[in-house]
Amino acid sequence: MSAPRTPLGRLGRVVHWAFTLAVLAFLVAPILAIVPLSFSAGSFLHYPLPGLSLQWYREFFGSPFWIDSVVNSLIIGAGATALATTLGTLAAFGLWLARLPGRGVVVAVLIAPMVVPSVVAAVGLLFAYAPVGLANSHAGMILAHTALAAPFVVVTVSATLSGFDRTLLRAAAACGAGPATAFRRVVLPLIAPGVAAGALFAFAISLDEVVVALFLAGPGQRTLPRQMFAGLNDNLSLAIAAAATILIALSILLMASVGWLRGRAARLAARTGQP
Amino acid sequence: MAEGSAAAGLAHRVRRTGGRRRLAAALLVMPLFVFLLVGFVGPIAALLARGVQDTEVPRVLPRVTAALAEWDGRGLPDDAAFAALVEDLRAARAAGTLAQAATRLNYDINGFRTLMFATARRLPVPGEDARAALIAADPAWGERATWAAIRRAAGPVTDFYLLAALDLKRDTDGAIVAAPAEQAIFLDVLARTFGISALVTLLCLAAGYPVAALLASLEPRRAAVLFAFVLLPFWTSLLVRTAAWVVLLQREGVVNAALLGLGLVEAPLQMIFTRFAVVLAMAHILLPFMILPLYAVMRAIPPGLGRAAASLGAPPWLAFLRVTWPLSLPGVAAGSLMVFIQALGYYITPALLGGASDQMISWFIAFYASRTVNWGMAAALSALLLVATAALYAVYARLAGETQARMA
Repeated sequence: MSAPRTPLGRLGRVVHWAFTLAVLAFLVAPILAIVPLSFSAGSFLHYPLPGLSLQWYREFFGSPFWIDSVVNSLIIGAGATALATTLGTLAAFGLWLARLPGRGVVVAVLIAPMVVPSVVAAVGLLFAYAPVGLANSHAGMILAHTALAAPFVVVTVSATLSGFDRTLLRAAAACGAGPATAFRRVVLPLIAPGVAAGALFAFAISLDEVVVALFLAGPGQRTLPRQMFAGLNDNLSLAIAAAATILIALSILLMASVGWLRGRAARLAARTGQP
Repeated sequence: MAEGSAAAGLAHRVRRTGGRRRLAAALLVMPLFVFLLVGFVGPIAALLARGVQDTEVPRVLPRVTAALAEWDGRGLPDDAAFAALVEDLRAARAAGTLAQAATRLNYDINGFRTLMFATARRLPVPGEDARAALIAADPAWGERATWAAIRRAAGPVTDFYLLAALDLKRDTDGAIVAAPAEQAIFLDVLARTFGISALVTLLCLAAGYPVAALLASLEPRRAAVLFAFVLLPFWTSLLVRTAAWVVLLQREGVVNAALLGLGLVEAPLQMIFTRFAVVLAMAHILLPFMILPLYAVMRAIPPGLGRAAASLGAPPWLAFLRVTWPLSLPGVAAGSLMVFIQALGYYITPALLGGASDQMISWFIAFYASRTVNWGMAAALSALLLVATAALYAVYARLAGETQARMA
């Protein structure tokens, strides 16, 4: 973009700015509009608010349906995060360590859950998990969310490892450390922020996931998004706005932490990576 | 000599370390690879396989399946086939499995379910002529088309569901013909899915391109502030953003209240459960996926190029057309593919914001899997969606480079 010198150019620049700000406003408007509604003292879905109140949050935290869904989300999220982070970190380290034969196929399988449309994944998982008793169970939901979240751990940890200095491994070997010791004592501490970012990413994926939950979860495994989906379909109350606000806050918290940890990982790698 | 053998030994050791390292790498990748193979890729492959299998008729009606294998398809089958059908119907009715085969045959010929159950209630007594008794029970058994339908469903492999997903079927002679109008809904669904996705992609490009261009022209610190407006929705879950639109677009929602308050409309507009709501919300949700790759590409265009074009006398529009636009094309391609691929598989947003005629292919996959439990149809439609997605993703990965594709 060259600096505008003519009046026409200046006008173009003003229009360009106005358009950009309008689009940016459009991007955040729905989110910013729903948050204040959750604090409404009335039950209307529009502004102006009749007054401020926490009644919808009281309804949220007072309802066994909503509370159970939060507990289910936390159980499934924690299980999926633990599994996905462990498996994903090991796999990312393996991919970084050496160029495997058939790498293309391996990578294709590892990133498949990122590419497969959510309904295809959900129906496929239901089709295969139901006959072996994994439908309508916490175990089934944890395994499904592990599969969906693990690729994000692999990608996040791989990005961290790409800045990792390989000579450190040789140095560790020269000091007599076996591969396992070297991983535990040298690699893991240095990529820890990347692993933590991957774990938060995995938790965020599980926390937001709704399509697989629609198919695979029974009444006993209803997660928060699943409960929200049900509420949106039958009785639309502002308790949904409260649930949405809680999820927005959680997402922002999680993703801001991911951003911070990634930055930290990059700085750590930069510090150790250069001689 | 000694030097040579030392070198050879070293090479051997290096090779061995390399080998050991590869082994360690393989062992590390193995757990996740096997888990995803068994727990994710396998299930989807099994589902897709279900789309080309016929299991109900050979399982429930084994005798007539075997008898029809010998039938030449011209004229009616022989008496043995009629007798086999009588035996099968008797056994299936007793075992309570008749409905499975009847449902499958009813997919092919409407009314087959009734035919099967009505016939099963009026089976000839042993010793009676099976052919005459069946035709007396229902003249449909005297028609070649009825028997051809059973043979088409006799498995083990079938193209029935894949053809049905393209509004095609096989006629009595096995030729591929257009499906009857009441079953021919899927080309319309496919066209709608691609149409909505294309429209959403165009809207995202039209809205996202100027934004990315402006952000790329700012100094990074100022761009970062505006970037928060792109990243906030990007981080917020899809369901929450869809829920926000559901609340906003109600008849008594924020948007209608504002339009009425401003005097722009006299009566509330019907916005929820319309195509407009689906496209608006999808464009809103997918817009960050357009802006981010566009920004990354435009940021890398040296600003000096624009100045050079201007100093050579090019007016801004010409400089844009000849310099900025061609250089930004990789971003346009990456962003458009990313948006289009994701839009193709959308389910939640159309399901909550659209009407019956706004549902995309994913809704039909869900419908067949959960409401009518027609796995074959769900699998065939899944295969269509997956092939389209995977093909476009392969193009995307080639364009954006493997690493960038994995980062997205």
